[in-house]
Amino acid sequence: MSLETANTPNSYLSSLPKTLTGITGLDEITKGGLPKGRPTLICGSAGCGKTLFSIEFIVRGALEFNEPGVFMAFEEKSEELAQNVASLGFDLNQLQKDKLIKLDHVHIERSEIEETGEYDLDGLFIRLGYAIDQIGAKRVVLDTIENLFSGLSNQGILRAELRRLFEWLKARKVTTIITGERGDGTLTRHGLEEYVSDCVILLDHRVSNQISTRLLRIVKYRGSMHGTNEYPFLINEKGISVLPVTSLTLDHPVSSERVSSGIPALDKMLDGQGFFKGSSILISGTAGTGKTSIAASFANEACLRNERCIYFAFEESSFQIIRNMRSIGFDLQTHIDKGLLKFQASRPTLNGLEMHLVAIHKQIKEFKPSVVILDPITNLITVGTVSDVKSMLIRLIDFLQAEQITVLFTALTLNNVINEQTDEGVSSLVDAWLLVKDIEFNGERNRGLYVMKSRGMKHSNQVREFIITDKGLDLVNVYLGSEGVLTGSAREAQQLLEETGIVIREYATNRKDREIERKKLILESKIASLKEEFESVQDELNKTYIEDELRKEVMEKNREQMTRSRHNE
Amino acid sequence: MINQSPTQESTDPYSEGQHYVLQLFVTGISLNSVRAIANIKQICEQYLPGKYSLEIIDVHQQKMLAEREQLIALPLLIKRLPLPERRLIGDLSDTKKVLSGLGITN
Repeated sequence: MSLETANTPNSYLSSLPKTLTGITGLDEITKGGLPKGRPTLICGSAGCGKTLFSIEFIVRGALEFNEPGVFMAFEEKSEELAQNVASLGFDLNQLQKDKLIKLDHVHIERSEIEETGEYDLDGLFIRLGYAIDQIGAKRVVLDTIENLFSGLSNQGILRAELRRLFEWLKARKVTTIITGERGDGTLTRHGLEEYVSDCVILLDHRVSNQISTRLLRIVKYRGSMHGTNEYPFLINEKGISVLPVTSLTLDHPVSSERVSSGIPALDKMLDGQGFFKGSSILISGTAGTGKTSIAASFANEACLRNERCIYFAFEESSFQIIRNMRSIGFDLQTHIDKGLLKFQASRPTLNGLEMHLVAIHKQIKEFKPSVVILDPITNLITVGTVSDVKSMLIRLIDFLQAEQITVLFTALTLNNVINEQTDEGVSSLVDAWLLVKDIEFNGERNRGLYVMKSRGMKHSNQVREFIITDKGLDLVNVYLGSEGVLTGSAREAQQLLEETGIVIREYATNRKDREIERKKLILESKIASLKEEFESVQDELNKTYIEDELRKEVMEKNREQMTRSRHNE
Repeated sequence: MINQSPTQESTDPYSEGQHYVLQLFVTGISLNSVRAIANIKQICEQYLPGKYSLEIIDVHQQKMLAEREQLIALPLLIKRLPLPERRLIGDLSDTKKVLSGLGITN
């Protein structure tokens, strides 16, 4: 697609009329479906789903868009075709009776035909025209018209007639799908792409590591914007679903609502409120660190809030998880009975990644949960490469965020050296990343938990000890002292030691206090006796002093008396 | 629509064991159709005088025939009898091929 086309005003782009196919995902990639009233070529190698693709186009057109369609089969007989697609829930016979579709099997066999001169394909034109008129068809499929090349030998006539046919179909204003087998180095064996120039879709079927992936690519779509990537698609019991790899824009609505993790102490680490609603959370850690327990706690909490939750387990069966979680105080069975919790346990190797993604999509669409858990995503690596898993998870996260569903992944880190870069490469995609880690010390193994990142909130930078008890999960502060970080029994011992210290200190202080008191009493009594001694000395001194005074007075008196008496004489 | 051959003889069709029942499907008066009609008439007159019946059908007039008779390329000549049934397409200008297709050896 040239820049020039991309720059044309939107009014022009939107004016190109399109026909919705009704095939899940395809209409999004093509931004509205196939070009209306024009032929579209669908090519691919054998068994890549061309026929199914085109029959779904016809059936969906008839059922969902009220556009009857003619299916002209050059390969399979009508009855075979009806049987083949019955497994998808398409009742072609009934649709034929209802005049919504018309199946026509074209039988052409070179050995039965002798070419004796000039001819044309008027028979095909009349036949198709009659079928279109009979049911008022708006859609036509020619599957696979290239078979004519094996039935008829005059290539010159055939090519001219095919060109005429496509022009004629355009003039009839029917939206047509022409299928073609892929040739060597060309899109189709007989170069049909030369005649169909408006829209070409290529289907592919690749097998790597014994797991197959179907891929769809829009090679060309004249006059319209379209996704140019290879899009994986699936054929399941509901037909074809194409999955856009990523939404091209990052414009999900966001919520500032918070959801609890089910562990109050963990919520406290996350700004006191827990995770954001609709965010993606990764819990990684080594084996046996309690990742599943955290996940179950989150699920349990969601169910207690009366919200729905789907738990995709890739390692354990649902019964195993329910039994195991009962031992730590989570009764998941009651949630299942209430219809709030759903387990979807499967081995990753059951399907390819794309099939898993579609299964997840389907379950989510049906169950409409507000919380989704994938435990663990690391197991998916067994069915794809790291980049495949990453691309799948990107798409999943995109989808979940658009739906405002909170998702929690667990991931197993294989060794104790934590590689902060990878973890299936999703660590950069997730909003919150918790790490559970073994702390081996003093002959025992304990769990430490910390928040590696948590977008958009203040979060604790502390390592907490993560404890699994039969009453649930809890986090406690690790002991930070002169001897470093202590956990488990070392932490408890240290705590005990501290408590002993306090008691001893208190006792010591008490003894000193009493001694001071005693000293005080002794001194005080000494002071009292000294005081008394002083008073008696004072008394003694005072006594002599007064006697002296008295004597002096008396002697004075006596002398006066004597003086007076002498004068009187 | 249906043109019975004007040269149908009154002789017993099975007396010689080789009565030909032919159907020619054409589209209106297109060039190929006109040539095909002329050619088959000439061949029949020359090689099968008196022991054939020829039906000429305009598919435009009976469109439902197209599906029933598995018509794709036109003009189409079907030899119904004698068995085996044979289908010849084209304007029948290649007389040699027409004759071998009809199983007429001379």
